[in-house]
Amino acid sequence: MSGEYAHPEALVETEWVAEHLNDPKVRLVESNEDPLLYETGHIPGAVKVDWFTTLQHPLRRDFIEKPQFEELCRRLGIANDTTVVFYGDKNNWFACYAFWLFAYYGHEHLKIMNGGRTKWVAEGRPLTTEVPTYPPTDYKAKDPDPSIRAFREDVFRQMERGLPLVDVRSPQEYSGELIHMPNYPQEGAQRGGHIPGAVNIPWAQAVNPETSTFKPAAELRQLYEQYGITPDKEIIAYCRIGERSSLTWFVLRYLLGYPHVKNYDGSWTEWGNLVNAPIEK
Amino acid sequence: MSHTLPPALAEIVNDFGLCERQEKIALLVDYANQLLPPPPEAFADGDAPESVPECMTPVSLRVLQTDGRLRFYFDVPPDAPLIRGYAAIMQQGLWDATPEEILRIPADFYHVMGLEELLTPQRLNGLTAILAHVKRIALRLMQKPSSAEA
Repeated sequence: MSGEYAHPEALVETEWVAEHLNDPKVRLVESNEDPLLYETGHIPGAVKVDWFTTLQHPLRRDFIEKPQFEELCRRLGIANDTTVVFYGDKNNWFACYAFWLFAYYGHEHLKIMNGGRTKWVAEGRPLTTEVPTYPPTDYKAKDPDPSIRAFREDVFRQMERGLPLVDVRSPQEYSGELIHMPNYPQEGAQRGGHIPGAVNIPWAQAVNPETSTFKPAAELRQLYEQYGITPDKEIIAYCRIGERSSLTWFVLRYLLGYPHVKNYDGSWTEWGNLVNAPIEK
Repeated sequence: MSHTLPPALAEIVNDFGLCERQEKIALLVDYANQLLPPPPEAFADGDAPESVPECMTPVSLRVLQTDGRLRFYFDVPPDAPLIRGYAAIMQQGLWDATPEEILRIPADFYHVMGLEELLTPQRLNGLTAILAHVKRIALRLMQKPSSAEA
């Protein structure tokens, strides 16, 4: 099935992972929404990356800088030529977030395990609580790649030029009825609604709910194209903090091969708090 | 602050306060593994458990009341260990507490646990949400005591 995707090499199946558990050129990285899940059991050999305690800048609202990213990779035994395979809970949303940050710092060999943790567990594959250690590497990161990250200025320009913005939050968040996902505590933004001109394509529509795996390419293409999200355009995706939209970014960029897609990680928790920023409901 | 907490909860809070970051994670996992399922008598009245809509994870709870003291039982999916950990902390910390004791717990009781270094404010909200819900039940039982309520 993955053969139909534009970049099938960015996706691996659980079977492939099971066959590469002891491959020194492959590093498995678990990245979850629930910060305790890794400790309750993970794929043998996998290391943990927590989006908050590992990937966020300790002071300002931003990601870790290049030297800290290099230090992280060295500590996790990731070399420049290591193939890094991400997986996690909830349809791989935080796995895609981590993938996106690794792409931002120019790591070349990145993959997502299709179906994530849910599929691995459902297939009865092994988990362990043993935390592995690997020999430190001499990792050298590249400079951040601005072509995959949007800041608020980019979003303003996008909006003013009438270029596509994809709001991947739930319909209730998009309409402004809620400022967080249904059933989540409602905080984080002063105002509800969406960025003017944005279309609403909830992130999880890219995933088959039965299996947690990505939908086939033809279905995905139809899903986005019906809203005018086509490969010839420059696209910016956003959600609340940029994690759900990093999954959409992954789908558009790697599964469908759209060349120009950015993730706006400031997302609604920035836009919905910005003084004077236009909002549509 | 701890003088306003039921003794068991005060002890849990202090334990967390003494832990380093990685130890806090291990302790939370320990609690998640200790969550007790409801005993048969919690189902005696045949009522469905009460859900906690503030929580992102589907959480429901039952309360047993004996001689004015309460025991809470939570149902949390196994793939949400953080919420299971929260639930177990509340279950053990409020074990046999009176509704009055529960209502005296300050909403920010968990600050000294130092969980901010592990968890975003968003995730800490789960703990506040469970406490708020437990307090609503305590208030209701204070106004209308009965032997078991779900």
